[in-house]
Amino acid sequence: MDKSNVKGFLEFVYDFYRSMKAHEITLVYEGEITHQITKAFTSLTESNMAKQSEANSVQKKVFHVMVECLQNISKHADSFGSNDFIFAGRGIFMVSKGKNDYHVTTGNVIENDKIEELTEMLNHINSLDKEGLKELYKSQMKEGRLSEKGGAGLGFIDIARKTGKQLDFHFLPIDEGSSFFLLTSSIARNL
Amino acid sequence: MEVIKLKGTDDTPAIILDKENGIFEISGRSLPEDVTTFFEPVLNWLDDYQEEANDQTVFAFKLVYFNTASSKLILDILMKLEEMHENGKEVLIKWFFPDDDEDMEEAGEEYADIVDIPFEQVSYTM
Repeated sequence: MDKSNVKGFLEFVYDFYRSMKAHEITLVYEGEITHQITKAFTSLTESNMAKQSEANSVQKKVFHVMVECLQNISKHADSFGSNDFIFAGRGIFMVSKGKNDYHVTTGNVIENDKIEELTEMLNHINSLDKEGLKELYKSQMKEGRLSEKGGAGLGFIDIARKTGKQLDFHFLPIDEGSSFFLLTSSIARNL
Repeated sequence: MEVIKLKGTDDTPAIILDKENGIFEISGRSLPEDVTTFFEPVLNWLDDYQEEANDQTVFAFKLVYFNTASSKLILDILMKLEEMHENGKEVLIKWFFPDDDEDMEEAGEEYADIVDIPFEQVSYTM
């Protein structure tokens, strides 16, 4: 980088920093989600929450939601890139803390032909009340379609149950074959 | 019979399966990297144990956290115990939960609904 590029880059870093502050983002990561990453992020967030004397129940809920979100990416994020560089199991992961809520947000690439099924599943989860979610969780667990990737939508149901809120999600087109799947969950701080 | 004794870590539970001393316990946190591989020895052990089970088996779950992937494996363990119960052995599940943890209490209730097996909920103070 020559001098003016360096300056431009550093200004970008500062803007990035300010924009993180403005959105109260406490953790942001883009890359492969491994088990080590999951452990590191959850323990970091846990110790931050403990320092701020966040209620136990809130800490537990945030922990639950973080783990399930991270595992969703590591198991289900589709690959993208050219033949030389195939990236799978990666995405963006973000935790932000507002006055009233924690927000856990994920984004990852998904193949377009999976969108319909995923949308159906998420809409179904959003249509259920507490009791309905409980029954769905139990039946999914019994049916146990865990095998291949170990998911069966249990993670999404768990997030909906732990937050007591609808799952907010959105798909943004990347190209004709794939899209970017975004999911954000809020955990109320004062229960 | 072989004794299984695993120390808990920050992502795997402590496990004791000891037929001779009648101790059967899973406790701590469960979010292993690969749940199936982690719990496989436990399920295999239970298969063997079933052949020569004690007259009474009190199986304790004292978990503080488990992820959804583990929840399925916990059900698999309970179903093995249910089978033993159906085969005429006395089996009791003790589900321990911290007294301020409604979610863990509810998780116990859900398992009790799914499996047909004597189930006792025990609250404790952390």
